[in-house]
Amino acid sequence: MCLAVPGRVRVVEESDGLLLATVDFGGVRKRVCLETLPEAKVGDWILVHAGFGLQILDEAAAEEVLRWVAPRARSGGDA
Amino acid sequence: MKYVDEYRDPEALRRAAGRVLDGATRPWTLMEVCGGQTHAILESGLDALIAERVTLLHGPGCPVCVTPLETLDRAVSLAGTPGVILCSFGDMLRVPGSRGDLFGARARGGDVRIVYSPLDAVRLAARTPEASVVFLAVGFETTIPSVAAAARWARKQGLTNFFLLASHVRVPPALAAILEAPGCRVDAFLAAGHVCTIMGTSEYEPIARRFRVPIVATGFEPLDILQGIALAVDQLERGEARVEIQYRRAVRPGGNPAARAIVEDVFAIGDRPWRGIGVIPDGGFVMRESWAGFDALRAFPDLLSEIPRESPACRAADVLRGVLRPPECPEFGRGCTPDRPLGAPMVSAEGACAAYFHYRIAGAAGEAGAESIA
Amino acid sequence: MSRAYDPNRLASPICPLPVESDLITLSHGAGAGASARLFEQVLWPHLKNEALGARHDGAVLDAGGARIAFTTDTFVVRPIEFPGGDIGVLAVHGTLNDLAMCGARPIGLSCALILEEGFPLATLGRVVASIAGAARASGVEVVTGDTKVVERGKGDGIFVNTAGVGIVPPGRDLRPARVEPGGIVIVSGPIGCHGAAILSVREGLEFDSDIVSDTAALPDLVESLLDAAPGTRCLRDPTRGGLGAALHEIASAAGVEIEIEELSIPVTEPVRVVCELLGLDPLFLASEGRLVAFVPEAEAERACAALRSHPLGRDAVRVGRVLAGRAGVVVRTRIGARRFLPLPAGDPLPRIC
Repeated sequence: MCLAVPGRVRVVEESDGLLLATVDFGGVRKRVCLETLPEAKVGDWILVHAGFGLQILDEAAAEEVLRWVAPRARSGGDA
Repeated sequence: MKYVDEYRDPEALRRAAGRVLDGATRPWTLMEVCGGQTHAILESGLDALIAERVTLLHGPGCPVCVTPLETLDRAVSLAGTPGVILCSFGDMLRVPGSRGDLFGARARGGDVRIVYSPLDAVRLAARTPEASVVFLAVGFETTIPSVAAAARWARKQGLTNFFLLASHVRVPPALAAILEAPGCRVDAFLAAGHVCTIMGTSEYEPIARRFRVPIVATGFEPLDILQGIALAVDQLERGEARVEIQYRRAVRPGGNPAARAIVEDVFAIGDRPWRGIGVIPDGGFVMRESWAGFDALRAFPDLLSEIPRESPACRAADVLRGVLRPPECPEFGRGCTPDRPLGAPMVSAEGACAAYFHYRIAGAAGEAGAESIA
Repeated sequence: MSRAYDPNRLASPICPLPVESDLITLSHGAGAGASARLFEQVLWPHLKNEALGARHDGAVLDAGGARIAFTTDTFVVRPIEFPGGDIGVLAVHGTLNDLAMCGARPIGLSCALILEEGFPLATLGRVVASIAGAARASGVEVVTGDTKVVERGKGDGIFVNTAGVGIVPPGRDLRPARVEPGGIVIVSGPIGCHGAAILSVREGLEFDSDIVSDTAALPDLVESLLDAAPGTRCLRDPTRGGLGAALHEIASAAGVEIEIEELSIPVTEPVRVVCELLGLDPLFLASEGRLVAFVPEAEAERACAALRSHPLGRDAVRVGRVLAGRAGVVVRTRIGARRFLPLPAGDPLPRIC
């Protein structure tokens, strides 16, 4: 379950009684509902599922996964 | 794509698999409970990298597969009802009930529309006041906030022609049911990361304690899954049984309170049937009395003359609990194929049985498995 | 693992009904699994013949020494006008391309229109102008046609059928049965742009992007390719059902395994993003100005070079190879594992799961 895609919030606005955002997914822009994520701000990276924001992404935590898998320094390494 | 590509880098995946293997002194069996994770594992073939030490089982993580037959039959019946527009996520269109699927209902003249978001169904209701718009609402805790938000928006606009045919399920009781079943061979769970994004991780604490199993809230990219597996194996090797978060970029222990508040307004926790398993106490959500006016079951009673029953040959219950691997089922590929499924896990591409059928290249005779990597 | 099933064991009264019904469903038109079954089970039994049995984009017929390629296609795209083109341009390109996939040089087109009562003349004017413009740009004419009108509610605006004839020069024999193990699979450019462009304007899925349809006439590109690689065995333009469905058809017709490299499949970033958002696989989205070529290993370099030196083939790339084995399509994943590429039953549907 749960196809959710990361995108960057570009615009936040109220429309027709809903809190909406225009979110940029790598150049493709879509309207996303922020009723489920009212604290999201312009510039935030958020996770989007079924047209709704699920959570704001934590950039530092994202980096940690990559650090975990970064190549380990060899002992007695190369010059 | 940022936050996506980095977690699919082949070299990183190989190193991650190495970490898993380095940390394991003996074989372990892990279960993931999420169609999205099943999909990622099968698409990348990453289980082959760690097969020496880790067996991955696919649990009932596909809400499409676990949607009860009677819900599907009601949806098909509604689709054929004059004056009704049945809206659904694309995933549900080809799932067979006992009288065909929604695609077939459309062919017979039913008004069936695919939506990407439940809000689209509400917009449709606002545009077509003469029709009754019913949204087939399925999904785990990840999706239910969007459904609840859509219902609230419909109420806010004063709509009286928008209804939910709701069948939402909760993961934690399913994990407990799996662990309680005799023959369970699951050592640890990967919990569905997006479910935890909403719900947080506290619901899993009692399960980890009671059954002494590690539970790691894991993301969906191959690198996330490998790290989740590594963390689970680490705990197992040390005899620990904690709830841990791998998917920290999206999961906070407290989840998303705003989303949960929206859900609590519209839904209450209740018993729900899971196709292939049976009724799981507190296994899902039911619409509250205050929202009865939006409940399709109330607006359209008597859709079914009888509750349909599953094929007796289907071993879904054992597959979904991880007790039986799909290729071990006598009907797999014989009496049961995706075109003519006997039960739930063969129904959608992410169901365990369908996944094996579609993706796996046969290895040893009688057992399907990913080929070894050249 | 046996993938055959015994129909006699399916007689459980409680078993869910099979997906197939006794009515046509939209899946039958999607160019994937259900379409294939419709052809095999309903059409082929009546129409069996050698030319049709070649299962290629067009038929090659003997005409007193010359070989004539003959093809037809009907266009029902919605919306009629989309980023990068319209139904008219699509229709002309589609038929010219089917002729080119047979190795034929187009010599004439027909065009039949079914119009719904109430369809605006201004729109019709634009569509016909597009048809004329696309034909002229390729040096071919619409030499015959037909127009019918049906009552309001019976015709969804406009349907366009085009047919085309072309001459196949001697020595060319391009068809799926000629594909053999050892061959190389080459794609002329990024896939799925047309399908993604249509999705971008489909109701309920609207998103803003720069994606435009890749619709293009390929005969010229094909001539460049065949000049450089005359040993080419088969060409196919991956329209409805995408590259994935095209590879499945060819694997099945030739009785070979086609293995593709996940990381080699060319997809533009915006199309990739759209597919991520909607849970779709770009392998099953339509392209309308691309081709996939099966060439012998010895000619693969020359073939790629020829494609890349043409404006429509700048991003041509090797994506896989043909192996002996059970007929089907296999993906070698980014980590080197092999898995089947399942053929969907019908059109890819947006997922949340």
